Amino acid sequence: MHIPTSNYKKRVALGVLFILLIVMVTSPLYAPRYTVILLTSIFMFIVLTVSWTVFSGPTGYVSLAPAAFFGVGVYASALLGFVFPLPVVILLGGISSSCLAVIVGALTLRLRGIYFVMFTFGLVELLLHFILWWEVNITGTTGRVVPTVGNTTVYYLMLGVLVIVILTAYLLNRSRYGLALQSIGECEEAAAHTGVHVTAMKISTFALSAFFMGAAGAIMATRWTYIDPRIAFNPVLSFLPVLMAIFGGTGQLYGPVIGAALFTYLEEFLITRFPYYYMLIFGFIMVFAILYLPEGLVGMIQKLWKRIGGAKHADS
Amino acid sequence: MIVTVLDILIAGLLMGGIYALIAVGLSLQYGVARVLNIAHGEFIMLGAFITWSLYTAFGIVPLVSLAISSPLVFTIGFILYKTLFTRLRISSPSVAMFEGKSMLACFGLLFMIQNIAILSWGAEIKGYSYLAFPVNILGAKFAANRLITLGFAVVFGSAFYLFLSRTRIGKAIRAAAQDAVAAGLMGINISWVLALCFGLGALMAGIGGTLISMSYQIQPTMGLEYTMIALIVLVVGGLGSIPGSFVGGFLLGLVGSIVTYVQPGLALVAYYVIFMLLLLAKPTGILGR
Amino acid sequence: MPILEGMRVTKHFGGLAAVSNVDFHVEQGEVFGLIGPNGAGKTTLFNLISAVLSPKSGTIKFKGVDITGFKPYKICRMGVARTFQTVKVFPNMPVFQNVILGSYFGTLPRMSSRDASEKALEILEFVGLSRVKDTPAGDLTLANQKRLEVARAMATHPDLLLLDEIMAGLNPTEVAEAMEMVIRIHNRGITLIMIEHVMKAVMRLCDRIMVLHHGQKIAEGTPREIADSEKVIKVYLGEKSRA
Repeated sequence: MHIPTSNYKKRVALGVLFILLIVMVTSPLYAPRYTVILLTSIFMFIVLTVSWTVFSGPTGYVSLAPAAFFGVGVYASALLGFVFPLPVVILLGGISSSCLAVIVGALTLRLRGIYFVMFTFGLVELLLHFILWWEVNITGTTGRVVPTVGNTTVYYLMLGVLVIVILTAYLLNRSRYGLALQSIGECEEAAAHTGVHVTAMKISTFALSAFFMGAAGAIMATRWTYIDPRIAFNPVLSFLPVLMAIFGGTGQLYGPVIGAALFTYLEEFLITRFPYYYMLIFGFIMVFAILYLPEGLVGMIQKLWKRIGGAKHADS
Repeated sequence: MIVTVLDILIAGLLMGGIYALIAVGLSLQYGVARVLNIAHGEFIMLGAFITWSLYTAFGIVPLVSLAISSPLVFTIGFILYKTLFTRLRISSPSVAMFEGKSMLACFGLLFMIQNIAILSWGAEIKGYSYLAFPVNILGAKFAANRLITLGFAVVFGSAFYLFLSRTRIGKAIRAAAQDAVAAGLMGINISWVLALCFGLGALMAGIGGTLISMSYQIQPTMGLEYTMIALIVLVVGGLGSIPGSFVGGFLLGLVGSIVTYVQPGLALVAYYVIFMLLLLAKPTGILGR
Repeated sequence: MPILEGMRVTKHFGGLAAVSNVDFHVEQGEVFGLIGPNGAGKTTLFNLISAVLSPKSGTIKFKGVDITGFKPYKICRMGVARTFQTVKVFPNMPVFQNVILGSYFGTLPRMSSRDASEKALEILEFVGLSRVKDTPAGDLTLANQKRLEVARAMATHPDLLLLDEIMAGLNPTEVAEAMEMVIRIHNRGITLIMIEHVMKAVMRLCDRIMVLHHGQKIAEGTPREIADSEKVIKVYLGEKSRA
């Protein structure tokens, strides 16, 4: 029997990735408009989920702030969209979110467990209600118009951010900083005494993950053309990335990617097929996934794989 | 001037009563059963809609309908804990894990309950008028139903407190809150006590919903806002402390009515600012050590 | 100049003096023992040196630099490494990764991953954990987890190593192995401070010993002097014989 070596496996994986990339780059040329829009949503959720995992995966700090960082990006796009060219707007959206993350991080990263969770979620609601009040009482508006660009442009921009996020996450995981983050999650005190600058690592990674969320928000705003605080700071966007990451499994980088892709597709499918029951079914699937997939889809598949592989070995 | 101050004070107390009641429910669920129930507001919404249905369809008075809605939401909560959360608790290696997972599971429940409510009652805003005549208190006018709401909030809250501090079951619950493992060793059926707590938390939410429906408009998506308020009260009063939740509820109600007087629309913002400042400065709550 | 110097170091916990007015100095290349009954303030002193806690008053100097108020990671990068009384390994990370973290973030200037890896392997060999280098640290025996902590600390390439009861809970064979390891670490030129209840080890290994009791220094000297000190026998060994 031919046993695939790790080198061989690597080449297969690279090949698959390359083909996937080509399909994704070329799909706006032949795919229907609907597919392009769906893929954009999928990319957005992969970006949110992977960037959530970059920080919360190894460190174990469960952040419910994605909606805040995303929303800041959305608003950056709305406020600056008519002033700067789009790439600059996206960059600024990301940077604004990073700045917010640095402040929040410096304030809160000594909070552990449920307190950190509550603080980050409070942040989303605070921004939402503050901007709502601001728009009604100070500027006298509700919502804003965002300069639009074509679906294809949005698609490619999101794809670009997606590729950068995945590359960043991959490189970070393999680097000494990825190791340091993991050590922080396992025992913060020991990590500090091994020379890891715990605070700096946590804040910078939190800011890095916020950057991508903000960039994703800045891009998505251009697709929505009209935004208001309830769209920009939708609390659901804080929970979904966490669920998607858990659904996929946070142990491997492709876990959150697969989780986000499947979940987003599922949501879209349910909304179109069962518009009246979709939340019910979706909620049920969430509960089911938490109950029966403790290590995520990837963890379960690996287990199954091992069992099958183990059985084969026993046969031979 | 004095009338204005009284106005603000009483309005704050009226709001605070409801805040306290719904926070006590959440406090029980988190403090003892370790479930940070993001779907708490959904139970409030259920209580409100059941009351609305019974009143508009059969003319059953809200306070009587409590006798029907309370056992119902209690049972839902109890069964949910017995099935879903007990399973999660057993399969989670640590308390922190269980807290995280159960919170996410609650988010799924939130989706499901909301959907069921929209299917049953539609997505529109609803309301009914019951005991809405004005009552004059020291020159300030308040709707009678709000005063009744406050009265019932205090009565239920105190009854509940007495239940926890005086009865055998209450003592078992408090023992479980201190140390579930030790309580189990003392012969307390932990799984049963925790499910009871979760059910009682849902029951408090249901009562809160009934009271809310008497004075405010209701809709299936109303839940999250009340959940967040309950959560804020919880942090203000100290996680898991029942008297703390009570004090915190009234305090937040007062803050709300003062801020609303100064700048309408900023009340929620003020709540969140207090919430986050307290988390940073004194996460054990104002009564905590 | 001593490598480590403490002047009137004081730390209170809620009114109780855990460490009070302690002066000490450790010379380059020494093995310095820290003993005393439970609750005497030994671990608190370690926490003060490694900056988990900051002293209420007094100063601590490392290589002549006042390090009071520094952050733990900085102290580590200056060359002070430590182990913990209750082991604190990274349980889900393989042994090798526990150690290589030290070589990445320790005192040495930025290392390539190959150099870091070589250094980690060398240290695993040194403490005798090469065979289990791919095992998750949480699966090791207590003795091996203690060794792993030493290895992780060594990988940061320290000048001063604080060992907090590395022999507690070990069987006699393991204690002998640990003692032999301490000697080898010392032979590498690393200055050691060790908290230890295993008297045989303390007396054999240490050049000088300081005795703490109720947060105060009651004696300091060579093992011989300490063993003969009536004060020490009264508060410390006396308590032992009673137990």
